[in-house]
Parts: sequence; C-alpha cells; structure tokens
Amino acid sequence: MLSASLPPWSEWWAVMAEFRMPSLGADMTEGTLLEWLVQPGDVVHRGDIVAVVDTSKSAIDVEVFQDGRIAELLVDPGATVPVGTVLAVLDGKNVDVPEAPSDVAASGAAESPQVARHRGSVKASPLARRRAAELGIDLASVHGHGGVISVADVEAVETHAPTREPATTSEPAPAPLDHAAGDPAVADHAAAMRRAIANLMARSKREIPHYYLQTTVDMSRALEWLAHENAERAVSDRLLPAALLLKAVARAAREVPEMNGFLADGVFTPEKHVHLGVAVSLRGGGLIAPALHDADTLSVNELMSQLKDLVSRSRSGRLRSSEMSDPTLTVTNLGEQGAELVHGVIYPPQVALVGFGRIVERPWAVNGMLTVHPVVAVTLAADHRVSDGHRGGIFLAAIDRGLQSPQNLQEGEA
Amino acid sequence: MTIEESREVVRALIAGIAPDADVTGINPDVDLRREADLDSLDFQTLIERIADTTGVEIPEADYPQVRSLRGMSEYIEAHLR
Repeated sequence: MLSASLPPWSEWWAVMAEFRMPSLGADMTEGTLLEWLVQPGDVVHRGDIVAVVDTSKSAIDVEVFQDGRIAELLVDPGATVPVGTVLAVLDGKNVDVPEAPSDVAASGAAESPQVARHRGSVKASPLARRRAAELGIDLASVHGHGGVISVADVEAVETHAPTREPATTSEPAPAPLDHAAGDPAVADHAAAMRRAIANLMARSKREIPHYYLQTTVDMSRALEWLAHENAERAVSDRLLPAALLLKAVARAAREVPEMNGFLADGVFTPEKHVHLGVAVSLRGGGLIAPALHDADTLSVNELMSQLKDLVSRSRSGRLRSSEMSDPTLTVTNLGEQGAELVHGVIYPPQVALVGFGRIVERPWAVNGMLTVHPVVAVTLAADHRVSDGHRGGIFLAAIDRGLQSPQNLQEGEA
Repeated sequence: MTIEESREVVRALIAGIAPDADVTGINPDVDLRREADLDSLDFQTLIERIADTTGVEIPEADYPQVRSLRGMSEYIEAHLR
C-alpha cells in the first residue's frame, strides 16, 4: 500500500492546511491584514471569521474554509500581501470538532468545498436580525433559546465577544468611506476603490463581448400583492419591490443556467447555486456588489431581511469574504430615485448582469384598452461567448413571468 | 411633542441613516428621499426607526403623506395624540 510507505512527515502534512489571503473579487491583487480574530491554539470551524482584511473596497471579515486548530499565524497585522499568500497554518486533525449547530447546517444543498459560508436559514426575530446587523454579529454564531434567536441572545454574544469592536449605539457607525474630504487615509481609500472599479470595468469592456436586451414588465400585480401583504405587516417586516425583483431573477437563473456562473480560460461553468450579486452604492461614492447567497431557495421574507442586512453591512464595512468572492450573477436596481433604464457592465468572471430601472407609471395597452400601469424596464447585459440573444430573451421572459405571479415567488424552495 | 420637536426627531433619525446628509439644510417641502439621498431601503429604515422612537407606525398606504419633512412631522404629531 502506498500510504504505508510514506514517511511520517507526509502524514503530518496531510492534516495541516494553509489559510491564504483570499481573492475577494476579480479586481483584487493584494490585501492588508488588519486584525487576527484568533490565536494559535484556537479551534475554528468552517465559515468562522478568523481575520479582517482591508481591500481597496472595504474591510472584509474573512472566513476560514475548513475546521481545524490554528497552528501558527504567519503574517502580522498591518502587512500587505499578495492574494494567495499563506496567512496561517491550521492543524486539521488534532481537533475535537463538535457538530455544527443544526440550524446552520440544515438548510441544505451540498456545500462547494471551496466556498464556506453561514447559511441564511437561522431562525431569528426581525429585531434580532437588525440588532445583529448593527453589532456586526453573525446570527449563525448566536445560540438561540427555544430555537429562535432573540435580541437578548444577540446582545449576550456581543457582551462575550472581546475581539469584536465595542458595542455601538442603535445608530450604525458611519461607513468608512464617508466624510472623504479632509481625511487623507479615507480619500486614499476612495481613490483606491475608484481605481479598482475602473480596472474591473475596463477589463470587462475589453474582454467581454456584451450583448444587451431590454423588456418592459408590468408591475401592477407585483405591487398590488406587496401592498396587500404590507398592509398586514409590522413596519420592520414590510417588503420592498426589490425583494420580488431579486427573487424573480434568481428563479429565472435556474431556468436559464447560461446566465449564472463563471467564464474562466475560455470555459463556462454554470453554477448550481444562485448567489446574486447586489450592486450597492456607497455613501461618499463607490459601488460594491456582494452576494446574497442562495437567493433562489430563499423565501421572499428571508430574501428581504438578508438584503437589508447585506446593504447595511456593505455601508458599514462589515462584509464577509464569501460574500465578496462568489456572486454568480449580479443585479443592479436603480430604485426609486434612479433613472428609468440601466445598461449594465458585466462583472468578470460572471457572464451576465440584470438591470432594473425605476418603477414608473406609463400608458399600458391591455386587450385593446389603454390604461395606466406601473412598469419597470428590465435589461440584460450578457456575454456573447456564453449565450446569445435567443436565450437571453428566454431569461428576461422568465423574469417577467415570475413578476406576474408574485404569490408563486413568495415561498422558498430546495 | 410639537411639530418642531417631531421635525427634530426625524432629522436626527435621518442623520443616523445617512451620515453624509445635511439634515439642517433639508427643504421641508421637498421629497425627503431626494433631499437626503435616501433609497427605498433607507426610507423603510426611517419608517422603522420612527416607529421605534415615537411609537407611530405609519402604514404603507400613508407613505404619500410622509414623503416630505413637513408631511412626516405633521403626521407624527397628529398620530401621537
């Protein structure tokens, strides 16, 4: 047997794992280690946040990809190192690893080995979710009493977490990119972010043969359904049209897999999961498009609360590494104050981007009768190396169909 | 709470949501979303925090009445009684 002839060091090596500076988006070449949240000897589990890394976009909570015990930290805080540099060594064997809490693991589908993340199916009250978002606490790390996490559970974690930032007030901390004027470090950051956006978008326009499609979708059914739902809901549980739009895109991506995945070295690989990149504009300028994980399987309620959480953390600079690195398809939604139409630029190595303009009232002909309906212009920018206009049209039609039956979008699914 | 006091509450809440907004310079008669550059999530957050702070829950059907700073402070003042 081969294994019998291997020297002892290979057995040792087989259980040691390297934790490297992750690539948090295609535009990242290096990162600065800001802080270790673990020490040698600490036991970590896949998905735990072990370090904070500063990229040109923001400070990112970096998750570890496997269970293990931290053997050695190799890079000191403050050091800027290229992507791929080994930051720490983990001992993957000598660990008494308890089972992951079932409410985290249960939601499901097989995890890709490279991508670890906390799942969105943690049961928590809306207030607890909000409080956790404000405090930068991951709900998956909170122990809920009686199966549902309450505000008290979240705050208990906060008081027992010495490595985290001090408790904030109920107002979110200003985003690091705010008040750019006057603070040279912050101004540098804003300039670095602009450079990163410029590099990535220039690469996209240079390499990706975009084609563009556009359709106008009647939103009257969707908005009526939302108004009806929201009338019975507490303020904090109300839904925004964005939740339905995102859900409709995620569903459509399952139908037309050529829109959902990555093109690398000329080969397109569709992704099984739909991790929607959500373009979030930052106060003080700039843009970030972190992933809303498994958007296709979330209910509209779950999607809404995770969207709130994601946008709030994007603006306060507490995103996770998995959110930065793995969106499979990006959506830009101009919202209520935006323009009527957006033709997007694809984020490489993704192959499509969906744009929603502002919902506006327009004359709309139904059965030969002219009426006024709320409508939204939906655009698709897609990569001609992977798909063509025919499939793109089917994709947009699927989004439209979803928005015509909002009640069918409501439920989550496996 | 007077209208002026409720206006101050709304201003303070907006400052918490949009730290870069000039809340003292908000034109009270213009759509707050434009004046303070609030997106729909920010506006929803504002409505939530008004409910938390004042106890006034604004139904979605009444949103058209509370789009401006004046409209919102008058609404809060009227519904606090």
